[in-house]
Amino acid sequence: MARLNVNPTRMELKKLKARLSTAVRGHKLLKDKSDEMVRRFTEIVRKNYKLRAETERELSETLRAFSVARSLVPVNEAEAAFSMPSAPVSAECGVASVMGVAVPEVSVTAGRGGGLPYAFPEITSEADAAVEQAGKLLPAMIELAVTEKTMRLLAAEIERNKRRVNALEYVMIPQLEETIAYIKDKLDENERAAVVRLMKVKGKAAE
Amino acid sequence: MTGKTAFVGDGDSIMVFKAAGVAAFAANDAKKAREILRSIASEYSVIFLTEELARELNDFLKRFDEEPYPVILSVPSKSGSTGYGQECIRRATERALGVDLFKND
Repeated sequence: MARLNVNPTRMELKKLKARLSTAVRGHKLLKDKSDEMVRRFTEIVRKNYKLRAETERELSETLRAFSVARSLVPVNEAEAAFSMPSAPVSAECGVASVMGVAVPEVSVTAGRGGGLPYAFPEITSEADAAVEQAGKLLPAMIELAVTEKTMRLLAAEIERNKRRVNALEYVMIPQLEETIAYIKDKLDENERAAVVRLMKVKGKAAE
Repeated sequence: MTGKTAFVGDGDSIMVFKAAGVAAFAANDAKKAREILRSIASEYSVIFLTEELARELNDFLKRFDEEPYPVILSVPSKSGSTGYGQECIRRATERALGVDLFKND
């Protein structure tokens, strides 16, 4: 491992020791953070997995039902009916924090105020039911969207954090330790040299 | 902040959501979907995208992974689930933990 390029002086030694203790403390904190994030991530990912399976199944059903229902109506009529503007679903969006990661938080505030946006007698009741079902499914879909996004954000953060921990553990800390050892060696060496020199000088003076 | 929801997908899949109060954008291929996403990304906070399109736009969607909004979710279209969503979860898990939690499921 390469040691840092510094002068072997007491000043440097002191500085490096301070840096080492900071690095060790930072490493411990980051490692704890990593552990906790992984725990949260596991929870979220399991929830996400379950939620997705459920939502996907229901959504596929709804879409299939709608597709069948719609096919009973002439295409242009269906287009016209379903293109009617409907009361938009509005959702309250905020930002929450999971382990310091900004994640979205959405809650559906005002659902569609009942009723269908079209009144064509040509549209079958099966289609109405499908639209109704889709409306009901929406909160679950939004929840899934938010959970999945949280998961992705957390995954990215965990990866970044892991990189930091590894950089500290395998590069920064060994480097500092080695440099400190080197400076200590050098200082000891200097001291021994000084002692020997003094002894020699004393010997010469005694002659 | 009040956010809006949008649905991007092929003509058939989006119709039902249009009626249910979600803004719908028709996109029949990945290129069109990319254009739409680019133009609506700042306006809508929750965007649903059908799996077929999401699969093709995988790399493009990665750029949304850094910010909380917009939330983009791939959902199955009327032709049913292709397993893309599950695959995404697995990939994220492997990326973060280094292991696949759902190997046995």
